[in-house]
This record gives sequence, structure tokens and C-alpha cells, in this order.
Amino acid sequence: MNAVLQYAVQGLAAGSFYALAALGLAIIFGVLGVVNFAHGAFYMLGAVAAAVLLDLLDLSLWWSLLVVPVLMFGFGVLVERLLVQWLIRLDPLYNFLLTFGLTLVLVELVKQQYGVSGLPYRLPGPLRGRVDLAGVVLPRYQLFVLLFSVGICALVWLLMTRTRIGMIVRASTEKPELARALGINVGRWVTPVFGFGVALAGLAGVLAAPFRAITAEMGNNFAIILFAVVVIGGLGSIVGAVIAGFMVGLVEAFGQAYAPTFAQILIFVLMVLIILVRPAGLFGRKEATA
Amino acid sequence: MYGKRMWAGGLVLTNVLLLGACGEGGPGASGGDFSGDKLVLAVLNDQSGIYKDASGPNSVKAVKMAVADYKKKYGDKAVVDKIEVTSTDHQNKPDIANTKASELYERGGADVILDVPTSSAALAVANQAKNHKKLFLDVSAATTALTGAQCNKYTFQWAYNTYMLANGTGTTVTENGGKNWNIIYPDYEFGQNMTKSFTEAIKKAGGTVQGTIPTPFPNENFATFLTKAGSTNPDVIGTMHAGGDLINLVKQFNESGLKAKGIELAVGLMLINDIHSLGVEQFAGTMFTDAWYWNMDTEARTWADRFKAETGTRPSFEHAGNYSAATQYLEAVQAAGTDKAEEVIAKLEGKKLNDVFLRNGEIRAKDHSVVHDAYLVRVKKASEVKEEWDYEEIVATIPAAKAFPPAEASGCSM
Repeated sequence: MNAVLQYAVQGLAAGSFYALAALGLAIIFGVLGVVNFAHGAFYMLGAVAAAVLLDLLDLSLWWSLLVVPVLMFGFGVLVERLLVQWLIRLDPLYNFLLTFGLTLVLVELVKQQYGVSGLPYRLPGPLRGRVDLAGVVLPRYQLFVLLFSVGICALVWLLMTRTRIGMIVRASTEKPELARALGINVGRWVTPVFGFGVALAGLAGVLAAPFRAITAEMGNNFAIILFAVVVIGGLGSIVGAVIAGFMVGLVEAFGQAYAPTFAQILIFVLMVLIILVRPAGLFGRKEATA
Repeated sequence: MYGKRMWAGGLVLTNVLLLGACGEGGPGASGGDFSGDKLVLAVLNDQSGIYKDASGPNSVKAVKMAVADYKKKYGDKAVVDKIEVTSTDHQNKPDIANTKASELYERGGADVILDVPTSSAALAVANQAKNHKKLFLDVSAATTALTGAQCNKYTFQWAYNTYMLANGTGTTVTENGGKNWNIIYPDYEFGQNMTKSFTEAIKKAGGTVQGTIPTPFPNENFATFLTKAGSTNPDVIGTMHAGGDLINLVKQFNESGLKAKGIELAVGLMLINDIHSLGVEQFAGTMFTDAWYWNMDTEARTWADRFKAETGTRPSFEHAGNYSAATQYLEAVQAAGTDKAEEVIAKLEGKKLNDVFLRNGEIRAKDHSVVHDAYLVRVKKASEVKEEWDYEEIVATIPAAKAFPPAEASGCSM
């Protein structure tokens, strides 16, 4: 029983991280209709930035959690202004290909600069060690990631549902013509939303730095899991991405414990099952299937 | 006027052709004993992917160093003037390695192919070497099949194999009290091979393997795999992962608290680049088997200094292995006076040698395994590190005869 509880807690910890990383992907799709294939590369850049800042400026994890998302926001704005916006009126496939190409370029650039074997990262002292929650032992850092991710997801949800900006963004997503007719400048919100999504990917990257290998290719495999999360949750749905993140985390943890060879395949089996039952995903809108 | 020019042009052209013909068959220093009148050393390895840092472009530089040293040593007495070193990327894919090897032997004029990491790719190249009757000196691939079931006359394995890794780490850790093992391995050929080799070595040394846990490849999240591996309270968790997966696993092992429970981590294959990239702190105390270490003695160190001046970084054993393989190949060519594969092989086979890389080395004639001393090392603590790349402490030297399987047991017949 204790073992099952242990696996469940580990699954939730991993899931919270998936939720946070997938959130930006869901928001960008929701508002721009862009399938951002470069999300894994942005995640990687976040981790690399944290490692480089620690190395060059001795900037600790705490500061990186603040500084890197801001940098990544700026980078996201640049990418949207210089590249993504020109293809947005065309078939979504064009932006899919663009972001795929961007991934290849970013990964190669990082390889050129930092090699392939990865960068070191030190965890701040207070986050080392473990906590014992009534017999369930969890590394302190995993608990931190769990709480931090849930906090950020809740903040984003509040931002989207309780603030004027959130309402405008949601209106622009769901009924762009109507929003325009009501005098809302829909286009104005596209750039900051893209930047925000990229910043969230970068934030997930910073969180990953202490417990994942920081290499140019760290985002490649990870992005595929994130796409599964977003598809399960329903394309563009924020709540869906978060719930699906936890589901995937749990499936992975129990898979690792009881069917190790199939741990990763199980995630995609879950995805297929959900698409069969609900083609738009758990919380997807009908339009997404069209 | 026009006609005169034509004539002049024709004359020049004829002269060029004549001179060219002279070069082909003429009495140059190289004579007629070299195909294409030159020697071509082709390095075929990973120039862009996960093994780029461990070998990659810097192995090409190491081979060029070997060529420069050969020229310096023999000067006018060198049997060949023109030596080319080429570099090709096989992206760790067996199909690409297969095509490229064939191209290199047929059209690239390659006399020898060097390096070739990734076992499946190396086996493909070995097959091409056999078909083309040209040499292949493998440095960076670990499978024992190269000198075992799939061995051939033209293929040599220069640096290490899975037996050496398992025998060194598995046996020594078990003998030092790590009796009960759980092994976590990536579920593909290399991981399966390593697990088999380790299990045999551990059992022979009187230990038991409680369980083996396959993981997807590549994989990022190892948290529950580790919990599961630690749940039977083994003395040692052995990991057979490499590259990014290894770093993921080690980071998560360190956080997991298994070490505090008295469970040690033993690593199947580790390169100095892994320690450099993760930071010595994360690996401190970990034991593994190394084929060579840049700071193990003065000779290695002197060469490592030259290598650093050339590349800006310290060499891995794969870099040194490539230098050694190229050097010994050139020596054999010098002795044979030709690049004809059969004659060069005759000079290599059975040779006992010591160089920058090989200590008590022998190029075994029976299975073409190049055996030499190997080293059981321990990763230093951060406080013991005196300079950059000073990461390893040699705990024990494993003599060549013990480090590699006996030739009779290799299963090789040429």
C-alpha cells in the first residue's frame, strides 16, 4: 500500500511539471491557432539559460526563475514579430513547419556553442535532501516543483478567468469577429500571448535544470510527451492541459513501477483511447475537431 | 594569331597530361606500392549527435596529430609522402555507416576506417571492411561481437568492450562488498548486452542480481524506476545508461535519498565528458572502469597537454585510442612498405606494444582484440579536484589478461 502511495505521489510530482510545461503550448494554440513545435526548444533554452547564468553571473535558481521567463518573453515576442505573424493567415501547417525548422536551428546553435554532453547545474542548499510525508519519501526539490507548478497553473487560470486581460484574450480566441465588432483590438494581444507561452516553456526549463540533463536535445523527446498532454486535455484548453498533465504523470509513474518497458508507450495508449472516446480531447471545443 | 594560341594551348595541355602520367607511374618517393599514390585514413564517427564530445571532431584532430608525428619521426625515410585524413558523419545510424563505409573504401580511396562509435554501426562497417578487404580499426564501439561471433580478418577492436566494463566494475564492486545488485538498463542492444555481461561478472564474483529493470530509450523521468530499484534494498544499483539518459538518472538518483539508505550507484559506461558536463559533485565516489585516463602518468599527461593545445579540451580515452590506432597503423605501413591490407595486417598481428594509450598492449592475432591494462577508477570529491578535468582517481589497475576475455572464449573464427 505504501509503495502504491509512493508511486502516486511521484506521479503527481511529475504530472505537475508536465502540466506547467504544457500550459504555454495550450495557450499559444488557443489564441493563435499555432501548433508550436518549437516548445521543446524553448524549454531547452530556458534550462540552458539557467545553467549559463549560474556559470557566468552566479545567478541562483531563485533569480533564474524570475529572470529567465522575462528573457524568454522577449525572445518569444521577437519570434512572433519576425516569423510567426507572417504565416498566421495561411494553413496552420506552415507555422507548424516554421516552428519545426526553428527547433532544428536552435538545437544546432546550442550544440555549436555548448557541445552535446550537457551543462552542470547546482541545486541551492535549502532544496536538497528529502521530506518524509507519513512514510512517503519525496526529494525536497520534487515537492518544490509540485507546489511551484500548481501555484503557477492556478495563477494563469485566475489571470485568464478573473481579469480583464484574460477575458479579452478568451473572447479573441473564441469569437474573434464578435470581439472585433465590440471594439477590441484582437491583433494587439496575439504577440504578448505568444511571448507569455514561450516564457512558460522557459520557466519549465529552469525548473528542469536541477533534475534533468541540460543538453541541446533535452526538449526533443520531452516535446512529444507535451503534445500528448495537450491532445489528451483538448487542444487550447488550459484546464484540460493541467488535468491531462497529472494524468500522464500518474500513468508514467505506475507504468514505470509495474510495466517498465511500456512506461512511455502507455502515455500514448491513453492518448489514443481518449481521442477515440472524445475526439476533441477531455476539455476540447468542438471546433478543434473541424 | 588565333591558330598559334590554339597550338600553344594544346602544347600546355599535352605537357600537363604527360606530367600527370609521370606522377601516376613515375618513380616518386612513394613508388607503386600505394593505391592512388597516397595513404587515406578515414575517420567515420558521430560529428553532430550524442557522442560528438566523447569522440567526434576531436578524434579527427587526434588522428591528424598521429600523422604529423609519423612524418616528424620518419622524415625522408617515410615510405609514403602523401597522407590524407578525412572525416565523415555516420549519425550513429547503422544504415548510414554502412553506405558511407562502402563509399569511403570504393571511391574515397580509404585505406583504413577509424573510430566508429555505436555498436550496430560498427558491425555494419566491419562487414564492409570484410567485403572490400580493407582495414577497419574500431575504437569507440563496445560490443564483443566485433571480435567474437562477427569477427573478421580486416577488423580490429582497439580500446575496450562490454566484457572489460562489466568485468572491471561488476567484479570489483561485488568483491568489495556490493553483493546484491539491481540493474537498470536502456532497452536496446547496448543496454541488453551490458546487462548480460554484468550479470555474468557479478555472479562469478559471488554476488546476486535481484532484478533487472528495462527503461525506454531515450528517457527523462527515472523517479519511479529508481524507487522500484531501491525497494528491494540492494547494496548496489547498476545503471547501463549512457549520455543524456545517464545524466538524468544520476541527478535523480542523487535526489532520491537512496544513497542515504546505503545504496551505491555503479555506472556501466562512463566517459570523462559525462563527469565534466554534470559536475564532479554529482558523481563523487562513483566507481567505473576506464580504458585510459589523461592524467594517469607522465606520458599520458604530456600527450594530453599537446591535445589540449590543439583542441582546448582534455582527451577522453576514445581520443587517445584513435591517436594510438592511427599511430600503430602508420608504423605497420612503414614496416610493410605498402598500404596493401594483407601485408599491413601481417605487421599488426601479434604485435606487443606500449604507447600513449596502450599499456602492456597486444594485438591478438586470433580475434584481433587489442588487449591492454584497464583501470578501475573512482570519481574524486569536489575538494580533491586540483585543476580542470582532474576528476578520476585510479583505484586499481586491471592487467590486460584479466581485463579482456581469453581469446579462446571469444568465439571468433576468421
